[in-house]
Amino acid sequence: MLDESLKSDFPTLKQKINGNELVYLDNAATTQKPEKVIKALESYYRSINSNIHRGVHTLSIRATKAYEEARSKVAAFINAEHREEIIFVRGATEAINLVASSYVRPILKEDDQIIISQMEHHANIVPWQIICEQKKAELKIIPMNVKGELLIEEIEGMISEKTKFISINHVSNSLGTVNRIEDVIKIAHGNNIRIMIDGAQAVQHLSVDLMKLNADFYCFSGHKVYAPTGIGVLYGKKELLEKMPPYQGGGDMIKSVTFEKTIYNDIPNRFEAGTPNIAGAIGLGVAIDYLVSIGIENIAKHEKELLDYATQEIRKIEGVRIIGNAVEKASVLSFVIEEIHPHDIGTILDKQGVAIRTGHHCTQPTMDFYGIPATARASFAIYNSRKDVDTLIKSVKKTIEVFT
Amino acid sequence: MSEWDELYMEVILDHNKNPRNKGKIEGYTHSADGHNPLCGDRISMQIIVEDDIVTDASFIGSGCAISTASASILTETIKGMKRTEIEKLFKEFHNLVTSEDSDARTVGKFSVFGGVRKYPARVKCATLSWHALMAALEGKKETSTE
Repeated sequence: MLDESLKSDFPTLKQKINGNELVYLDNAATTQKPEKVIKALESYYRSINSNIHRGVHTLSIRATKAYEEARSKVAAFINAEHREEIIFVRGATEAINLVASSYVRPILKEDDQIIISQMEHHANIVPWQIICEQKKAELKIIPMNVKGELLIEEIEGMISEKTKFISINHVSNSLGTVNRIEDVIKIAHGNNIRIMIDGAQAVQHLSVDLMKLNADFYCFSGHKVYAPTGIGVLYGKKELLEKMPPYQGGGDMIKSVTFEKTIYNDIPNRFEAGTPNIAGAIGLGVAIDYLVSIGIENIAKHEKELLDYATQEIRKIEGVRIIGNAVEKASVLSFVIEEIHPHDIGTILDKQGVAIRTGHHCTQPTMDFYGIPATARASFAIYNSRKDVDTLIKSVKKTIEVFT
Repeated sequence: MSEWDELYMEVILDHNKNPRNKGKIEGYTHSADGHNPLCGDRISMQIIVEDDIVTDASFIGSGCAISTASASILTETIKGMKRTEIEKLFKEFHNLVTSEDSDARTVGKFSVFGGVRKYPARVKCATLSWHALMAALEGKKETSTE
């Protein structure tokens, strides 16, 4: 287990909610921010705030340097081959929309197919539906078993010459399943199909090595990895990004503009139109430093111990059913209680200071698969402890008392 | 009294456990589905209106304790009421769950929902069946709390 003193790095965690110590277990929605990240934002605005890239003055040079250093940190963090393969975006949602719009839409024709999976977040469903509707193409869904594991062996049979793209998540946000993306990437490439991996629930829990994985596109959101909101990352292979048309037009994404012809900038700037979230990117760099200093392997071990302990304890409570029982899971414990709606669970837990998420978690097709409208979801992070799990279990028992 | 009693009053817990008028009714004249996109809950209202008076009402669907109890109490309350009376009660109920200066005395049985106003995330649970009812009365087939 990680040292419990780590919790003191996070100012938000030092408070009482409804008279009880806050136990924050909504980490799959967003993580709390360490003091270092908060300070980095403040320090940026206090000392080097300036617009990047074109300024010749000192502050602009400093801001540009800090912003570009953050890009290098991200590249090292996920082991991208080239730093210009890292595009700063608002979050995983924007990254997927960018790829749908600039890579897939131009190659998509009538009757073509895009493959996603049964357990995707709406952010990895709707952008593909939008372009499928525009191009009269079809969305195909990789099925899963009741444990919440994708039936990878079915993919080969789903693929045809009409299949133009595959996009699946690395870790499911509502079930916690860690998908065997290595296998899916190999299947895609074996059929000459490009593939995107939504890593929004992955990079904060397990080590991601893109040179080894060989995914064509990969994305994640900063705010789920202890960084600020409004900053995220799209990784794309250089040879693909270089051929893609811009996603948005504006400043900084051009080499020259005349009314007759605009020459687009090189990557990554071509995909970063307008003034980006400079402070956010710097904050993300600091959050990554923080994670690396703890060690992703140690984090993975810590969170697995917590998840195993919580799973074991919640199974002992009569009437509780865990949704998502994959063999390989990360951080997420989704559950329902007989006769008690998840919203009521959420409210009673909040009264005891325990913050969990209740609802469909932006995965309505996953909920439909299990025939439920919603689940209660606890998700663990580096600052959670066995004591937090004990409080969760105690609160769940109390909830059942109130409603029976 | 525990800290959640202000929201989960005994009456609400009772209606949640034993909802009244749950199920379909024969020969309904109006019906509509209410959908809360925040949580995915759906509640359908079915009513019979004769000479501008609601003579029977039921609801179908499942939701949280707040939305179930609200639907249950609603179906009991509106039997025998005129449309204008229902509209007036909805205004008063909405005021009760959203505003500090509301009068619980004017809403009868619905006064047990007075605690909801302290839980802004739960207001839509309390009003879901109401929205479905108003849509049904207006001749719409479905509505959403958004």
